[in-house]
Amino acid sequence: MTDTTKTTPTARGLIPLPLAAARALLLAGGIATTASAFLAWTWTSEFPGDLTITGYPGGLQWLTFTAGILTALFALAAYGIRGLGWLLPARNNAPLVLTAIGAFGVTWYTIISIAVELGGLANLEPGGYIAAIASVLPVLGAFALPEPNTGDTKENLKAYIAKPDGIPAPQPLSGWAERALITVVTALGLAVFTYGIDTEYGELFIGYLIVVVFAVWALHTAGLIDRFSRLVAHNRSFTLAMGFAAAIVFPFTQSNDHYANIGVNILIFGTVALGLNIVVGLAGLLDLGYVAFLGVGAYTAALVSGSEFSRFSGVQFPFWAAALAGAAASLIFGVLIGAPTLRLRGDYLAIVTLGFGEIFRIAVNNMDGDSGPDITNGPNGIPAIPDLSFFGYNFGEAHDIAGFTLGRFANYYLLMVLIMAIVVLVYTRAADSRIGRSWIAIREDETAATAMGINGFRVKLIAFALGATLAGLAGTVSAHVTYSVVPNPYQFAGAAPPNSAFLLAAVVLGGMGTVAGPILGAALLYLLPEKLVFLQDKSLLAFGIALILLMRFRPEGIIANRRRQLEFHETGQLDVPDTTTLTDEPATVTKAGA
Amino acid sequence: MNNMTTPVLEARDVTMRFGGLTAVRSVDFTVNSGEIVGLIGPNGAGKTTFFNCLTGLYIPTEGTVSYKGTVLPPKPHLVTMAGIARTFQNIRLFANMTVLENVLVGRHTRTKEGLWSALLRGPGFKKAEKASEERAMELLEFIGLADKRDHLARNLPYGEQRKLEIARALASEPGLLLLDEPTAGMNPQETRATEELVFAIRDKGIAVLLIEHDMRFVFNLCDRVAVLVQGEKLVEGTSEVVQADERVIAAYLGEPFEGAPGEAEAAEVAAAEAQNASTKGDAQ
Repeated sequence: MTDTTKTTPTARGLIPLPLAAARALLLAGGIATTASAFLAWTWTSEFPGDLTITGYPGGLQWLTFTAGILTALFALAAYGIRGLGWLLPARNNAPLVLTAIGAFGVTWYTIISIAVELGGLANLEPGGYIAAIASVLPVLGAFALPEPNTGDTKENLKAYIAKPDGIPAPQPLSGWAERALITVVTALGLAVFTYGIDTEYGELFIGYLIVVVFAVWALHTAGLIDRFSRLVAHNRSFTLAMGFAAAIVFPFTQSNDHYANIGVNILIFGTVALGLNIVVGLAGLLDLGYVAFLGVGAYTAALVSGSEFSRFSGVQFPFWAAALAGAAASLIFGVLIGAPTLRLRGDYLAIVTLGFGEIFRIAVNNMDGDSGPDITNGPNGIPAIPDLSFFGYNFGEAHDIAGFTLGRFANYYLLMVLIMAIVVLVYTRAADSRIGRSWIAIREDETAATAMGINGFRVKLIAFALGATLAGLAGTVSAHVTYSVVPNPYQFAGAAPPNSAFLLAAVVLGGMGTVAGPILGAALLYLLPEKLVFLQDKSLLAFGIALILLMRFRPEGIIANRRRQLEFHETGQLDVPDTTTLTDEPATVTKAGA
Repeated sequence: MNNMTTPVLEARDVTMRFGGLTAVRSVDFTVNSGEIVGLIGPNGAGKTTFFNCLTGLYIPTEGTVSYKGTVLPPKPHLVTMAGIARTFQNIRLFANMTVLENVLVGRHTRTKEGLWSALLRGPGFKKAEKASEERAMELLEFIGLADKRDHLARNLPYGEQRKLEIARALASEPGLLLLDEPTAGMNPQETRATEELVFAIRDKGIAVLLIEHDMRFVFNLCDRVAVLVQGEKLVEGTSEVVQADERVIAAYLGEPFEGAPGEAEAAEVAAAEAQNASTKGDAQ
């Protein structure tokens, strides 16, 4: 257990301090930051979260507390304390630097927003100043850690946050321990996610984002995320089951039905994004009008829901029939749109699908009996969609189950978990099959794929129709959740999800071709406008900037598909799978361009 | 020479025009079963265009292509289905799929599990997937890439990418394999290995038609060689016949002592015109 960075002769910190001092500063700073969360930072409770109490953290102070603890933990791990070695398998500096910056970021963000919102530094109590100073210490300590000096400041700074190659492989765990670990991580993930959804004001959500981003980044550079994904790869179905268990537990942790509402909307958005992932991520067809299929499903369900404003107000399908009808209508619509357009490639397909998406919205807007046939009630839409009822379980009412109250949205949330489970199953099974391989082949090289005997048009049409069907299925639930369907949300771009642009962004941000990616992307894209209400009309601008930054620094999305990651990062090194050992590679290869 | 055998591929009067440009002009061409046939010609003679006409990537302006007696529809996937597989001049692997997945894609026409069976995962699906994988692994062993089954195709060295492309084509169980410059960019050892590979493929009962610039490779390997110049078939015959033909030498090197030095192109045009004075194609 020797520090590899110490052995490099040119290694020294950006801030000239001996290693012992740097580490001591990190640890002391981490502890001091944690402790400062217990002080009063401001004198008035006007700043949300009540940061006035000495002896108990409130609101954003909890985040400072968490970040401080993380910093201290990594600092202790760097000392080689027994039992914490697993935190820093590569003994590198990046996790220390990143957690220190995270603690500093969230503390200073809080201090500055107190000063700005309450109008001046006078609103800070001494505790606030102590926290500000305490959180600087670990950053100073972190940048005093020795790193190889290249003489170039930019390179030096990069070295501090770089993930090292060749992180030692973990000791193999027993299957039982692996599962226990996955369970713990899932529970932790649920707790973190629930905290994010339950944040009550924008400042807290921003602080939460700062801490989560830096913590995840630190874990990534420490190599822990890679280790965990290897565990997941070994226990794929167990992880999937745990994920769904966590999703089912979520509404039981919520006392306020508003947060279950956010949850159900995220699930609807995520399910549709996953459907789009088949079309975009697997088959590589850029569809800019995908939200129309959600609309078709929603309108179909609304028409047969028994709403008195429906054109067929006498008809009330049971939910399973309505869901099938919605999915079938979307399927038909998908084939009708796909058949003529899928002969086009690339940009042309994108433009045509964009057009068809808008045609849906405009057509629905006009089918009001005046300018078109009387079907959809025009811009007024179909309101008063009755709640679902399964075997006497009315979704519109709150139910008490084992001491927990499940409100209206929690009921729909659980239904959506079921629908999402179906969609995830369809996605994973379709992707890992002959048809899934042919989608990827079409995406990779359409000419070669057809020369291998793949009927490109047919295979693309299946992808398009399947994606449409899944979106339609989600749409049938969404109609009931929102009580009414109107044409407006089913547009190309808008300030709030779902719309085609947001759906596509969720897939691309989260990670194309993965299952978890689009769901995570959907959660983020739904939560950001929901939580950051103060951005108001600037939310689209912020969204655009965030998108540009992410595409610049992580083009493969937050959760990277292995294929995609290699596509975007030409490393030049051979990618060797875990299972095979690297034997002598032929060194005589000439790469002549004849 | 293998004669007395049945024709696998018969191209009749194949002509391909792009607007005013005639790239391939009424080419008649036959490949018999068990044969290795070479197609050579100077750059831009229309060899790859002719290949594309055979495999349905292009719809020939005139003429028909038939495989074992039935006329092929001009759709690439139907051509592959019928039993003609091909490789590409510039390697076109599915770069971000693994070696095994690439070969499995090649199995597409010989399996028929659709979306429903993929979703329901019945016993038939599992059996078919297993059989496909076994067949693919056999092919990978045949070309010597079995130990790299989980590598991404893009990470293979150049020579192995060429081999993998051949394995992928073989996976569709073809009766005729078209190789478009299989040794382009290879070093001499790799070229020799490819030679062995082509013989081994022929021994499996698959006829091979190949385009190649490496003359030693072509004349070592092929039972019959056809020369395409400016979209027209100049000569066809055994290696000896083609090597001795003056028009071929003229097409490649220019006619000796005729025309100004460095005007090989002019000589080439002259050679083609001498062959067929009535037309004046400007196939590039």
